[in-house]
Amino acid sequence: MYDLIIIGGGPAGLAAAVKAKECGLKKVMICERSTELGGILNQCIHNGFGLTYFKEELTGPEYASRFIDMLKETDVEVRTDTMVLDISPEKEVHMVSPAMGYRVEKAKAVILAMGCRERSRGALSIPGTRPAGVYTAGAAQKYVNIDGYLPGRRVVILGSGDIGLIMARRLTLEGCKVLACVELNEYSSGLNRNIVQCLNDYDIPLLLSHTVTNISGDRRVERVTVSEVDNKTKQPIPGTEQYFDCDTLLLSVGLIPENELSRDAGINLDPRTKGPYVYDNMETSLPGVFACGNVLHVHDLVDFVTQEAQRAAAAAAEYVKKGQPERGEVLDVKTAGGVTYTVPQQICPADLEGDTKVSFRVNRVFGKSRIVVSSGDRELFTQKKPFMMPGEMQNVMLPADILKAAEDSITVEARED
Amino acid sequence: MKELICIVCPRGCRLTVNENNDYAVTGNSCKRGEVYGKAEVTAPVRVVTSTVRVLQDGRVPSRDRAVRCPVKTSDAIPKGLIFDAVKAIEAASVKPPVRIGDVIIPHICGTQADLVATKNII
Ligand SMILES: Cc1cc2nc3c(=O)[nH]c(=O)nc-3n(C[C@H](O)[C@H](O)[C@H](O)COP(=O)(O)OP(=O)(O)OC[C@H]3O[C@@H](n4cnc5c(N)ncnc54)[C@H](O)[C@@H]3O)c2cc1C
Ligand code: SF4
Repeated sequence: MYDLIIIGGGPAGLAAAVKAKECGLKKVMICERSTELGGILNQCIHNGFGLTYFKEELTGPEYASRFIDMLKETDVEVRTDTMVLDISPEKEVHMVSPAMGYRVEKAKAVILAMGCRERSRGALSIPGTRPAGVYTAGAAQKYVNIDGYLPGRRVVILGSGDIGLIMARRLTLEGCKVLACVELNEYSSGLNRNIVQCLNDYDIPLLLSHTVTNISGDRRVERVTVSEVDNKTKQPIPGTEQYFDCDTLLLSVGLIPENELSRDAGINLDPRTKGPYVYDNMETSLPGVFACGNVLHVHDLVDFVTQEAQRAAAAAAEYVKKGQPERGEVLDVKTAGGVTYTVPQQICPADLEGDTKVSFRVNRVFGKSRIVVSSGDRELFTQKKPFMMPGEMQNVMLPADILKAAEDSITVEARED
Repeated sequence: MKELICIVCPRGCRLTVNENNDYAVTGNSCKRGEVYGKAEVTAPVRVVTSTVRVLQDGRVPSRDRAVRCPVKTSDAIPKGLIFDAVKAIEAASVKPPVRIGDVIIPHICGTQADLVATKNII
Protein backbone atom coordinates (compact mmCIF):
# COMPACT_ATOMS: atom_id res chain seq x y z
CA MET A 1 0.00 0.00 0.00
CA TYR A 2 1.39 3.34 -1.05
CA ASP A 3 0.75 6.59 0.82
CA LEU A 4 0.55 8.44 -2.48
CA ILE A 5 0.61 7.62 -6.18
CA ILE A 6 1.18 10.49 -8.58
CA ILE A 7 0.06 10.01 -12.17
CA GLY A 8 2.21 11.99 -14.61
CA GLY A 9 5.88 12.99 -14.35
CA GLY A 10 5.73 16.50 -15.83
CA PRO A 11 6.40 19.61 -13.75
CA ALA A 12 3.15 19.10 -11.79
CA GLY A 13 3.95 15.49 -10.87
CA LEU A 14 7.58 16.28 -10.07
CA ALA A 15 6.78 19.19 -7.74
CA ALA A 16 4.03 17.16 -6.06
CA ALA A 17 6.41 14.25 -5.40
CA VAL A 18 9.10 16.46 -3.87
CA LYS A 19 6.56 18.30 -1.72
CA ALA A 20 4.91 15.07 -0.54
CA LYS A 21 8.28 13.91 0.82
CA GLU A 22 8.84 17.27 2.52
CA CYS A 23 5.46 16.83 4.18
CA GLY A 24 6.61 13.51 5.58
CA LEU A 25 4.85 10.92 3.43
CA LYS A 26 6.71 7.61 3.32
CA LYS A 27 5.81 5.45 0.33
CA VAL A 28 5.36 7.68 -2.70
CA MET A 29 5.32 6.57 -6.33
CA ILE A 30 5.28 8.58 -9.54
CA CYS A 31 4.14 6.97 -12.82
CA GLU A 32 5.12 8.43 -16.19
CA ARG A 33 4.12 6.89 -19.50
CA SER A 34 7.10 8.37 -21.36
CA THR A 35 10.63 6.99 -21.00
CA GLU A 36 11.78 10.12 -19.17
CA LEU A 37 10.48 12.55 -16.58
CA GLY A 38 9.80 16.20 -17.41
CA GLY A 39 6.58 16.07 -19.45
CA ILE A 40 6.00 18.71 -22.08
CA LEU A 41 9.03 20.66 -20.80
CA ASN A 42 11.38 18.27 -22.61
CA GLN A 43 10.27 19.59 -25.96
CA CYS A 44 10.01 23.24 -24.84
CA ILE A 45 13.68 24.05 -25.44
CA HIS A 46 13.03 27.80 -25.54
CA ASN A 47 13.69 29.98 -22.51
CA GLY A 48 11.14 31.75 -20.36
CA PHE A 49 10.48 29.28 -17.57
CA GLY A 50 10.94 29.84 -13.87
CA LEU A 51 11.13 33.59 -13.43
CA THR A 52 8.49 33.56 -10.72
CA TYR A 53 9.61 30.40 -8.97
CA PHE A 54 13.40 30.38 -9.34
CA LYS A 55 13.84 34.12 -10.08
CA GLU A 56 15.85 33.17 -13.14
CA GLU A 57 15.06 32.44 -16.70
CA LEU A 58 15.41 28.80 -17.67
CA THR A 59 14.62 26.65 -20.67
CA GLY A 60 12.04 23.86 -20.30
CA PRO A 61 14.58 21.03 -19.88
CA GLU A 62 16.53 23.08 -17.31
CA TYR A 63 13.38 23.78 -15.30
CA ALA A 64 12.48 20.08 -15.32
CA SER A 65 15.98 19.03 -14.31
CA ARG A 66 15.86 21.22 -11.19
CA PHE A 67 12.98 19.09 -9.92
CA ILE A 68 14.38 15.82 -11.27
CA ASP A 69 17.55 16.53 -9.25
CA MET A 70 15.50 17.28 -6.11
CA LEU A 71 13.56 14.07 -6.66
CA LYS A 72 16.81 12.08 -6.85
CA GLU A 73 17.56 13.17 -3.28
CA THR A 74 14.40 11.41 -2.10
CA ASP A 75 13.30 7.78 -2.02
CA VAL A 76 10.28 8.37 -4.27
CA GLU A 77 9.76 5.34 -6.49
CA VAL A 78 9.90 6.48 -10.11
CA ARG A 79 8.23 4.28 -12.69
CA THR A 80 8.84 5.60 -16.18
CA ASP A 81 7.54 3.89 -19.34
CA THR A 82 4.49 3.15 -17.19
CA MET A 83 1.05 4.02 -18.44
CA VAL A 84 -1.81 4.31 -15.97
CA LEU A 85 -4.95 2.76 -17.45
CA ASP A 86 -7.51 3.07 -14.72
CA ILE A 87 -8.14 4.40 -11.22
CA SER A 88 -10.87 2.85 -9.11
CA PRO A 89 -12.88 4.82 -6.53
CA GLU A 90 -10.99 2.73 -3.92
CA LYS A 91 -7.79 4.30 -5.27
CA GLU A 92 -6.44 1.18 -6.92
CA VAL A 93 -4.24 2.32 -9.75
CA HIS A 94 -4.00 0.00 -12.75
CA MET A 95 -0.83 0.41 -14.76
CA VAL A 96 1.13 -1.30 -17.50
CA SER A 97 4.80 -1.16 -18.48
CA PRO A 98 7.21 -3.23 -20.59
CA ALA A 99 9.35 -3.88 -17.50
CA MET A 100 6.66 -4.95 -15.04
CA GLY A 101 3.67 -5.85 -17.17
CA TYR A 102 0.21 -5.21 -15.76
CA ARG A 103 0.12 -4.10 -12.13
CA VAL A 104 -2.49 -2.87 -9.69
CA GLU A 105 -1.14 -0.73 -6.84
CA LYS A 106 -3.27 0.63 -4.03
CA ALA A 107 -2.75 4.07 -2.52
CA LYS A 108 -4.20 6.10 0.34
CA ALA A 109 -4.16 9.19 -1.87
CA VAL A 110 -3.74 9.88 -5.59
CA ILE A 111 -2.61 13.02 -7.39
CA LEU A 112 -3.72 13.50 -10.99
CA ALA A 113 -0.98 15.28 -12.98
CA MET A 114 -1.54 13.99 -16.51
CA GLY A 115 -1.22 17.35 -18.26
CA CYS A 116 -3.17 18.11 -21.42
CA ARG A 117 -3.28 17.32 -25.09
CA GLU A 118 -3.74 19.44 -28.17
CA ARG A 119 -7.03 20.07 -29.85
CA SER A 120 -7.07 18.93 -33.45
CA ARG A 121 -10.66 20.00 -33.97
CA GLY A 122 -9.54 23.02 -36.01
CA ALA A 123 -8.68 20.78 -38.95
CA LEU A 124 -11.82 18.70 -38.86
CA SER A 125 -14.08 21.56 -39.84
CA ILE A 126 -11.92 22.80 -42.74
CA PRO A 127 -13.19 21.80 -46.18
CA GLY A 128 -10.84 20.37 -48.78
CA THR A 129 -8.74 17.27 -49.26
CA ARG A 130 -7.02 15.38 -46.44
CA PRO A 131 -3.40 15.30 -47.58
CA ALA A 132 -0.31 14.68 -45.43
CA GLY A 133 1.31 17.74 -43.94
CA VAL A 134 -1.28 18.79 -41.35
CA TYR A 135 0.12 18.53 -37.82
CA THR A 136 -0.61 19.91 -34.41
CA ALA A 137 2.03 22.45 -33.41
CA GLY A 138 3.07 20.36 -30.40
CA ALA A 139 3.63 17.28 -32.57
CA ALA A 140 5.80 19.40 -34.88
CA GLN A 141 7.67 20.69 -31.84
CA LYS A 142 8.46 17.14 -30.82
CA TYR A 143 9.64 16.19 -34.33
CA VAL A 144 11.98 19.16 -34.51
CA ASN A 145 13.31 19.38 -30.95
CA ILE A 146 13.41 15.75 -29.84
CA ASP A 147 13.58 13.71 -33.02
CA GLY A 148 15.56 16.23 -35.08
CA TYR A 149 13.67 16.46 -38.34
CA LEU A 150 11.53 19.08 -40.00
CA PRO A 151 7.83 18.56 -40.72
CA GLY A 152 8.03 20.63 -43.96
CA ARG A 153 9.53 23.72 -45.59
CA ARG A 154 6.77 26.24 -46.26
CA VAL A 155 4.43 26.56 -43.34
CA VAL A 156 1.14 28.21 -42.43
CA ILE A 157 0.07 28.17 -38.79
CA LEU A 158 -3.60 28.16 -37.82
CA GLY A 159 -4.21 29.55 -34.35
CA SER A 160 -1.93 31.84 -32.39
CA GLY A 161 -1.60 29.80 -29.20
CA ASP A 162 1.83 29.82 -27.61
CA ILE A 163 2.97 26.56 -29.12
CA GLY A 164 2.16 27.85 -32.60
CA LEU A 165 4.06 31.09 -31.99
CA ILE A 166 7.05 29.28 -30.54
CA MET A 167 7.06 26.95 -33.54
CA ALA A 168 6.90 29.86 -35.99
CA ARG A 169 10.25 31.06 -34.68
CA ARG A 170 11.72 27.62 -34.27
CA LEU A 171 10.96 26.62 -37.86
CA THR A 172 12.20 29.98 -39.18
CA LEU A 173 15.53 29.44 -37.42
CA GLU A 174 15.70 25.96 -38.93
CA GLY A 175 15.42 27.45 -42.41
CA CYS A 176 11.70 27.03 -43.09
CA LYS A 177 9.55 29.80 -44.48
CA VAL A 178 6.63 30.58 -42.19
CA LEU A 179 4.14 32.40 -44.40
CA ALA A 180 1.56 33.49 -41.85
CA CYS A 181 0.02 32.85 -38.50
CA VAL A 182 -3.77 32.89 -38.86
CA GLU A 183 -6.02 33.67 -35.87
CA LEU A 184 -9.82 33.48 -35.81
CA ASN A 185 -10.27 35.98 -32.95
CA GLU A 186 -9.45 39.64 -33.02
CA TYR A 187 -6.73 39.02 -30.42
CA SER A 188 -4.07 36.36 -30.04
CA SER A 189 -4.46 33.74 -27.33
CA GLY A 190 -0.69 33.57 -26.98
CA LEU A 191 1.50 35.53 -24.58
CA ASN A 192 2.53 39.02 -25.76
CA ARG A 193 6.12 38.14 -25.34
CA ASN A 194 5.78 35.34 -27.87
CA ILE A 195 4.09 37.58 -30.42
CA VAL A 196 6.96 40.06 -30.15
CA GLN A 197 9.76 37.51 -29.98
CA CYS A 198 8.49 34.86 -32.37
CA LEU A 199 6.50 36.71 -35.04
CA ASN A 200 7.50 40.39 -35.08
CA ASP A 201 11.22 39.63 -34.82
CA TYR A 202 11.01 37.61 -38.05
CA ASP A 203 8.38 39.68 -39.87
CA ILE A 204 5.88 36.83 -39.86
CA PRO A 205 2.42 38.28 -40.43
CA LEU A 206 -0.23 37.67 -37.76
CA LEU A 207 -3.61 37.67 -39.52
CA LEU A 208 -6.18 38.39 -36.80
CA SER A 209 -9.88 37.72 -37.57
CA HIS A 210 -8.88 35.25 -40.28
CA THR A 211 -9.20 31.50 -40.68
CA VAL A 212 -8.20 28.70 -43.01
CA THR A 213 -11.16 27.93 -45.26
CA ASN A 214 -9.70 25.30 -47.56
CA ILE A 215 -6.84 22.82 -47.71
CA SER A 216 -5.82 21.51 -51.11
CA GLY A 217 -3.23 19.01 -52.26
CA ASP A 218 -3.22 15.51 -53.59
CA ARG A 219 -0.89 13.54 -51.34
CA ARG A 220 0.76 16.43 -49.57
CA VAL A 221 -0.61 19.87 -48.67
CA GLU A 222 -0.02 22.19 -51.64
CA ARG A 223 -2.06 25.24 -50.83
CA VAL A 224 -4.30 26.65 -48.12
CA THR A 225 -6.95 29.29 -48.51
CA VAL A 226 -7.25 31.94 -45.82
CA SER A 227 -10.30 34.20 -45.47
CA GLU A 228 -11.21 37.07 -43.23
CA VAL A 229 -14.02 36.36 -40.79
CA ASP A 230 -16.85 38.49 -39.49
CA ASN A 231 -16.02 39.19 -35.83
CA LYS A 232 -19.61 38.69 -34.70
CA THR A 233 -20.62 35.58 -36.59
CA LYS A 234 -17.08 34.14 -37.02
CA GLN A 235 -18.15 33.23 -40.57
CA PRO A 236 -15.73 33.73 -43.50
CA ILE A 237 -16.41 36.82 -45.61
CA PRO A 238 -16.70 35.90 -49.32
CA GLY A 239 -14.25 37.70 -51.58
CA THR A 240 -11.50 38.02 -48.93
CA GLU A 241 -9.68 34.80 -49.89
CA GLN A 242 -5.88 34.76 -49.91
CA TYR A 243 -3.90 31.73 -51.11
CA PHE A 244 -0.69 30.42 -49.58
CA ASP A 245 1.38 27.84 -51.40
CA CYS A 246 2.76 25.69 -48.62
CA ASP A 247 3.53 22.08 -47.76
CA THR A 248 2.63 22.19 -44.10
CA LEU A 249 -0.26 23.43 -41.96
CA LEU A 250 0.29 23.53 -38.21
CA LEU A 251 -2.64 23.72 -35.83
CA SER A 252 -2.30 25.62 -32.59
CA VAL A 253 -5.94 25.83 -31.65
CA GLY A 254 -5.83 25.11 -27.95
CA LEU A 255 -5.19 22.50 -25.32
CA ILE A 256 -7.61 20.25 -23.46
CA PRO A 257 -6.89 18.68 -20.07
CA GLU A 258 -6.30 14.95 -20.42
CA ASN A 259 -9.13 13.58 -18.28
CA GLU A 260 -10.10 10.17 -19.63
CA LEU A 261 -8.82 8.57 -16.42
CA SER A 262 -10.62 11.08 -14.22
CA ARG A 263 -13.89 10.66 -16.10
CA ASP A 264 -13.73 6.86 -15.93
CA ALA A 265 -13.06 7.10 -12.20
CA GLY A 266 -16.35 8.99 -11.85
CA ILE A 267 -14.73 12.31 -10.91
CA ASN A 268 -16.94 15.34 -11.63
CA LEU A 269 -15.53 17.49 -14.43
CA ASP A 270 -16.13 21.20 -14.99
CA PRO A 271 -17.35 21.76 -18.56
CA ARG A 272 -15.60 25.16 -18.58
CA THR A 273 -12.09 23.99 -17.69
CA LYS A 274 -12.56 20.38 -18.90
CA GLY A 275 -10.73 19.46 -15.69
CA PRO A 276 -12.02 18.19 -12.34
CA TYR A 277 -14.01 20.40 -9.98
CA VAL A 278 -11.77 20.99 -6.99
CA TYR A 279 -11.98 22.38 -3.47
CA ASP A 280 -9.45 24.93 -2.26
CA ASN A 281 -7.13 22.06 -1.24
CA MET A 282 -7.16 20.75 -4.86
CA GLU A 283 -9.21 17.70 -3.87
CA THR A 284 -11.59 16.43 -6.53
CA SER A 285 -15.09 15.06 -5.97
CA LEU A 286 -13.48 11.68 -5.22
CA PRO A 287 -12.14 11.80 -1.65
CA GLY A 288 -8.36 11.46 -1.48
CA VAL A 289 -7.87 12.18 -5.18
CA PHE A 290 -6.25 15.54 -5.94
CA ALA A 291 -5.46 17.31 -9.21
CA CYS A 292 -2.93 19.93 -10.32
CA GLY A 293 -1.27 21.38 -13.39
CA ASN A 294 -2.64 21.22 -16.90
CA VAL A 295 -4.93 18.30 -16.13
CA LEU A 296 -6.88 20.66 -13.87
CA HIS A 297 -6.90 23.74 -16.12
CA VAL A 298 -4.57 24.84 -18.89
CA HIS A 299 -1.70 26.98 -17.58
CA ASP A 300 0.54 29.32 -19.54
CA LEU A 301 3.24 29.56 -16.86
CA VAL A 302 4.94 26.51 -15.44
CA ASP A 303 5.73 28.39 -12.22
CA PHE A 304 2.04 28.37 -11.31
CA VAL A 305 1.85 24.66 -12.16
CA THR A 306 4.59 24.05 -9.61
CA GLN A 307 2.82 26.08 -6.91
CA GLU A 308 -0.49 24.37 -7.56
CA ALA A 309 1.18 20.95 -7.37
CA GLN A 310 2.75 21.82 -4.02
CA ARG A 311 -0.66 22.86 -2.71
CA ALA A 312 -2.16 19.55 -3.89
CA ALA A 313 0.69 17.51 -2.38
CA ALA A 314 0.49 19.26 1.00
CA ALA A 315 -3.25 18.56 1.10
CA ALA A 316 -2.73 14.94 0.02
CA ALA A 317 -0.22 14.51 2.86
CA GLU A 318 -2.73 15.97 5.29
CA TYR A 319 -5.38 13.55 3.99
CA VAL A 320 -3.08 10.54 4.40
CA LYS A 321 -2.15 11.53 7.96
CA LYS A 322 -5.53 12.73 9.24
CA GLY A 323 -8.15 11.35 6.89
CA GLN A 324 -10.91 13.26 5.16
CA PRO A 325 -11.18 16.76 6.66
CA GLU A 326 -14.48 18.01 8.08
CA ARG A 327 -15.53 20.41 5.35
CA GLY A 328 -18.00 22.52 7.28
CA GLU A 329 -19.73 25.10 5.13
CA VAL A 330 -18.80 25.01 1.42
CA LEU A 331 -18.79 28.18 -0.66
CA ASP A 332 -19.43 27.87 -4.38
CA VAL A 333 -17.22 30.15 -6.42
CA LYS A 334 -19.31 31.77 -9.17
CA THR A 335 -18.21 33.97 -12.05
CA ALA A 336 -19.53 37.13 -13.68
CA GLY A 337 -18.51 39.92 -16.03
CA GLY A 338 -16.04 38.31 -18.37
CA VAL A 339 -14.55 35.78 -15.93
CA THR A 340 -14.85 32.42 -17.66
CA TYR A 341 -13.98 30.01 -14.84
CA THR A 342 -12.25 29.75 -11.49
CA VAL A 343 -10.03 27.16 -9.85
CA PRO A 344 -10.88 26.19 -7.18
CA GLN A 345 -14.61 26.03 -7.84
CA GLN A 346 -15.41 25.44 -4.16
CA ILE A 347 -13.89 26.82 -0.97
CA CYS A 348 -14.29 25.54 2.60
CA PRO A 349 -13.58 28.56 4.80
CA ALA A 350 -13.74 26.73 8.16
CA ASP A 351 -10.05 25.94 8.69
CA LEU A 352 -8.52 28.45 6.32
CA GLU A 353 -5.61 30.39 7.77
CA GLY A 354 -3.54 32.27 5.21
CA ASP A 355 -4.70 33.52 1.84
CA THR A 356 -6.45 31.32 -0.70
CA LYS A 357 -5.33 31.62 -4.27
CA VAL A 358 -8.09 31.70 -6.87
CA SER A 359 -7.03 31.38 -10.51
CA PHE A 360 -9.21 32.40 -13.43
CA ARG A 361 -9.26 33.62 -17.01
CA VAL A 362 -11.15 36.41 -18.74
CA ASN A 363 -12.93 36.14 -22.09
CA ARG A 364 -11.63 39.30 -23.77
CA VAL A 365 -8.94 41.95 -23.51
CA PHE A 366 -9.42 44.19 -20.45
CA GLY A 367 -7.65 47.52 -19.96
CA LYS A 368 -7.40 49.05 -16.49
CA SER A 369 -9.88 47.08 -14.44
CA ARG A 370 -10.80 45.69 -11.06
CA ILE A 371 -11.45 42.20 -9.85
CA VAL A 372 -14.39 42.33 -7.47
CA VAL A 373 -15.24 39.43 -5.17
CA SER A 374 -18.69 39.61 -3.62
CA SER A 375 -21.09 37.46 -1.67
CA GLY A 376 -24.76 38.20 -2.26
CA ASP A 377 -24.79 41.97 -2.71
CA ARG A 378 -21.82 42.61 -0.40
CA GLU A 379 -18.47 43.44 -1.99
CA LEU A 380 -15.79 41.67 0.04
CA PHE A 381 -12.62 42.28 -1.89
CA THR A 382 -11.31 44.25 -4.85
CA GLN A 383 -7.99 44.24 -6.64
CA LYS A 384 -6.80 46.46 -9.47
CA LYS A 385 -5.42 44.90 -12.64
CA PRO A 386 -3.59 47.09 -15.14
CA PHE A 387 -4.25 44.75 -18.08
CA MET A 388 -5.76 41.32 -18.66
CA MET A 389 -6.17 39.12 -21.70
CA PRO A 390 -7.56 35.64 -22.32
CA GLY A 391 -4.11 34.17 -22.94
CA GLU A 392 -2.89 35.04 -19.48
CA MET A 393 -4.14 33.23 -16.43
CA GLN A 394 -4.98 35.61 -13.58
CA ASN A 395 -4.75 35.04 -9.83
CA VAL A 396 -6.16 36.73 -6.74
CA MET A 397 -5.21 35.95 -3.15
CA LEU A 398 -8.31 36.00 -0.95
CA PRO A 399 -7.72 36.55 2.78
CA ALA A 400 -9.28 34.00 5.13
CA ASP A 401 -11.39 36.57 7.02
CA ILE A 402 -13.21 37.72 3.90
CA LEU A 403 -13.99 34.12 2.94
CA LYS A 404 -15.27 33.45 6.46
CA ALA A 405 -17.55 36.48 6.09
CA ALA A 406 -19.12 35.10 2.91
CA GLU A 407 -22.38 33.16 2.78
CA ASP A 408 -23.27 30.27 0.43
CA SER A 409 -21.23 31.52 -2.49
CA ILE A 410 -18.79 34.14 -3.70
CA THR A 411 -18.75 35.70 -7.15
CA VAL A 412 -15.56 36.69 -8.94
CA GLU A 413 -16.16 39.46 -11.43
CA ALA A 414 -13.99 41.59 -13.76
CA ARG A 415 -15.02 45.24 -14.18
CA GLU A 416 -13.30 47.52 -16.63
CA ASP A 417 -12.78 51.05 -15.26
CA MET B 1 8.59 57.93 -26.68
CA LYS B 2 8.66 54.30 -27.74
CA GLU B 3 6.11 51.81 -26.51
CA LEU B 4 7.08 48.19 -26.31
CA ILE B 5 6.25 44.98 -24.54
CA CYS B 6 8.90 43.61 -22.22
CA ILE B 7 9.82 40.08 -23.27
CA VAL B 8 12.29 39.22 -20.55
CA CYS B 9 9.68 37.18 -18.73
CA PRO B 10 6.18 35.98 -19.57
CA ARG B 11 4.49 38.79 -17.66
CA GLY B 12 4.91 41.02 -20.69
CA CYS B 13 4.82 44.43 -18.96
CA ARG B 14 4.04 47.37 -21.23
CA LEU B 15 7.03 49.67 -21.23
CA THR B 16 7.45 53.23 -22.39
CA VAL B 17 10.99 54.33 -23.24
CA ASN B 18 11.78 58.02 -23.46
CA GLU B 19 14.62 58.60 -25.95
CA ASN B 20 14.77 62.25 -24.98
CA ASN B 21 15.33 61.57 -21.32
CA ASP B 22 18.30 59.19 -21.23
CA TYR B 23 16.05 56.27 -22.28
CA ALA B 24 14.10 56.40 -19.03
CA VAL B 25 11.79 53.37 -18.75
CA THR B 26 8.36 53.35 -17.14
CA GLY B 27 5.76 50.58 -16.84
CA ASN B 28 8.22 47.88 -15.78
CA SER B 29 7.57 45.65 -12.76
CA CYS B 30 11.19 44.84 -12.12
CA LYS B 31 14.72 46.02 -12.78
CA ARG B 32 15.17 43.59 -15.66
CA GLY B 33 12.44 45.36 -17.58
CA GLU B 34 14.31 48.63 -17.31
CA VAL B 35 17.51 47.04 -18.60
CA TYR B 36 15.57 45.43 -21.45
CA GLY B 37 13.68 48.60 -22.41
CA LYS B 38 16.90 50.60 -22.70
CA ALA B 39 18.70 47.89 -24.61
CA GLU B 40 15.78 47.13 -26.94
CA VAL B 41 15.72 50.71 -28.11
CA THR B 42 19.51 51.16 -28.31
CA ALA B 43 20.91 47.66 -29.13
CA PRO B 44 18.40 44.79 -29.21
CA VAL B 45 19.58 41.36 -28.02
CA ARG B 46 18.05 37.86 -27.82
CA VAL B 47 18.86 34.54 -26.19
CA VAL B 48 18.99 31.92 -28.95
CA THR B 49 17.83 28.37 -28.22
CA SER B 50 18.12 25.38 -30.52
CA THR B 51 19.44 21.80 -30.51
CA VAL B 52 22.69 20.16 -31.60
CA ARG B 53 23.27 16.65 -32.85
CA VAL B 54 24.20 13.99 -30.28
CA LEU B 55 26.96 11.77 -31.71
CA GLN B 56 25.94 8.15 -31.50
CA ASP B 57 29.37 6.51 -32.20
CA GLY B 58 29.33 3.02 -30.91
CA ARG B 59 26.11 3.51 -28.92
CA VAL B 60 23.36 0.95 -29.14
CA PRO B 61 20.34 2.69 -30.70
CA SER B 62 17.28 2.57 -28.51
CA ARG B 63 14.11 4.58 -28.23
CA ASP B 64 15.16 6.37 -25.06
CA ARG B 65 18.55 7.51 -26.43
CA ALA B 66 18.55 11.24 -27.11
CA VAL B 67 19.51 12.21 -30.68
CA ARG B 68 19.37 15.98 -30.10
CA CYS B 69 20.73 17.98 -27.18
CA PRO B 70 18.95 21.28 -26.43
CA VAL B 71 21.23 24.33 -26.15
CA LYS B 72 21.06 28.05 -25.45
CA THR B 73 23.33 31.04 -25.56
CA SER B 74 24.43 31.72 -21.98
CA ASP B 75 23.55 35.39 -22.52
CA ALA B 76 21.51 37.35 -24.99
CA ILE B 77 23.39 38.12 -28.21
CA PRO B 78 22.82 40.98 -30.70
CA LYS B 79 19.66 40.41 -32.72
CA GLY B 80 21.59 40.83 -35.94
CA LEU B 81 23.75 37.79 -35.11
CA ILE B 82 20.89 35.31 -34.61
CA PHE B 83 21.19 33.66 -38.03
CA ASP B 84 25.00 33.47 -37.79
CA ALA B 85 24.61 31.77 -34.43
CA VAL B 86 22.11 29.33 -35.91
CA LYS B 87 24.67 28.38 -38.62
CA ALA B 88 27.32 27.74 -35.99
CA ILE B 89 24.85 25.66 -33.97
CA GLU B 90 23.94 23.57 -37.01
CA ALA B 91 27.57 22.58 -37.48
CA ALA B 92 28.09 21.66 -33.82
CA SER B 93 27.62 18.30 -32.12
CA VAL B 94 28.13 16.79 -28.67
CA LYS B 95 29.36 13.49 -27.38
CA PRO B 96 27.62 12.10 -24.30
CA PRO B 97 27.79 12.36 -21.38
CA VAL B 98 26.64 15.96 -21.40
CA ARG B 99 25.83 18.04 -18.31
CA ILE B 100 23.65 21.15 -18.14
CA GLY B 101 25.92 24.16 -18.57
CA ASP B 102 28.65 22.33 -20.53
CA VAL B 103 30.12 24.77 -23.05
CA ILE B 104 29.63 23.57 -26.62
CA ILE B 105 30.79 26.69 -28.49
CA PRO B 106 32.75 29.25 -26.46
CA HIS B 107 32.19 32.92 -27.37
CA ILE B 108 29.66 32.15 -30.07
CA CYS B 109 30.01 34.52 -33.05
CA GLY B 110 32.65 36.45 -31.15
CA THR B 111 30.23 37.51 -28.41
CA GLN B 112 30.63 37.25 -24.65
CA ALA B 113 28.08 34.43 -24.64
CA ASP B 114 28.84 30.71 -24.83
CA LEU B 115 26.60 28.10 -26.36
CA VAL B 116 25.76 25.76 -23.47
CA ALA B 117 23.84 22.51 -23.05
CA THR B 118 20.44 22.75 -21.32
CA LYS B 119 19.90 19.07 -20.64
CA ASN B 120 21.79 16.25 -18.98
CA ILE B 121 22.39 13.44 -21.45
CA ILE B 122 23.97 10.18 -20.33
C1 LIG C 1 4.71 24.66 -26.33
C2 LIG C 1 4.56 25.15 -24.93
C3 LIG C 1 5.25 26.28 -24.55
C4 LIG C 1 5.21 26.73 -23.25
N1 LIG C 1 5.96 27.81 -22.91
C5 LIG C 1 6.04 28.20 -21.61
C6 LIG C 1 6.94 29.26 -21.20
O1 LIG C 1 7.62 29.86 -22.02
N2 LIG C 1 7.01 29.57 -19.90
C7 LIG C 1 6.28 28.89 -18.97
O2 LIG C 1 6.41 29.19 -17.77
N3 LIG C 1 5.40 27.90 -19.32
C8 LIG C 1 5.26 27.53 -20.61
N4 LIG C 1 4.40 26.50 -20.99
C9 LIG C 1 3.47 25.94 -19.98
C10 LIG C 1 4.03 24.80 -19.12
O3 LIG C 1 5.08 24.16 -19.76
C11 LIG C 1 2.94 23.80 -18.85
O4 LIG C 1 1.89 24.47 -18.25
C12 LIG C 1 3.43 22.68 -17.90
O5 LIG C 1 4.43 21.91 -18.54
C13 LIG C 1 2.29 21.75 -17.50
O6 LIG C 1 2.77 20.76 -16.61
P1 LIG C 1 2.00 19.43 -16.28
O7 LIG C 1 2.91 18.64 -15.40
O8 LIG C 1 0.65 19.75 -15.80
O9 LIG C 1 1.79 18.69 -17.68
P2 LIG C 1 2.83 17.94 -18.68
O10 LIG C 1 4.13 18.65 -18.76
O11 LIG C 1 2.07 17.74 -19.93
O12 LIG C 1 3.06 16.54 -17.98
C14 LIG C 1 2.08 15.53 -17.89
C15 LIG C 1 2.78 14.19 -17.89
O13 LIG C 1 1.84 13.16 -17.58
C16 LIG C 1 2.12 12.04 -18.37
N5 LIG C 1 0.89 11.23 -18.46
C17 LIG C 1 -0.30 11.60 -19.01
N6 LIG C 1 -1.20 10.59 -18.93
C18 LIG C 1 -0.57 9.58 -18.29
C19 LIG C 1 -0.97 8.26 -17.91
N7 LIG C 1 -2.20 7.81 -18.16
N8 LIG C 1 -0.06 7.47 -17.28
C20 LIG C 1 1.20 7.92 -17.03
N9 LIG C 1 1.63 9.15 -17.36
C21 LIG C 1 0.76 9.97 -17.99
C22 LIG C 1 2.56 12.63 -19.69
O14 LIG C 1 3.34 11.71 -20.43
C23 LIG C 1 3.37 13.84 -19.23
O15 LIG C 1 4.74 13.55 -19.07
C24 LIG C 1 4.41 26.04 -22.30
C25 LIG C 1 3.68 24.91 -22.69
C26 LIG C 1 3.75 24.46 -23.99
C27 LIG C 1 2.96 23.24 -24.38
S1 SF4 D 1 9.49 44.25 -16.41
FE1 SF4 D 1 10.19 42.51 -15.19
S2 SF4 D 1 8.30 41.49 -14.59
FE2 SF4 D 1 7.75 42.85 -16.29
S3 SF4 D 1 7.93 41.54 -18.12
FE3 SF4 D 1 9.88 42.59 -17.85
S4 SF4 D 1 11.13 41.11 -16.70
FE4 SF4 D 1 8.99 40.47 -16.46
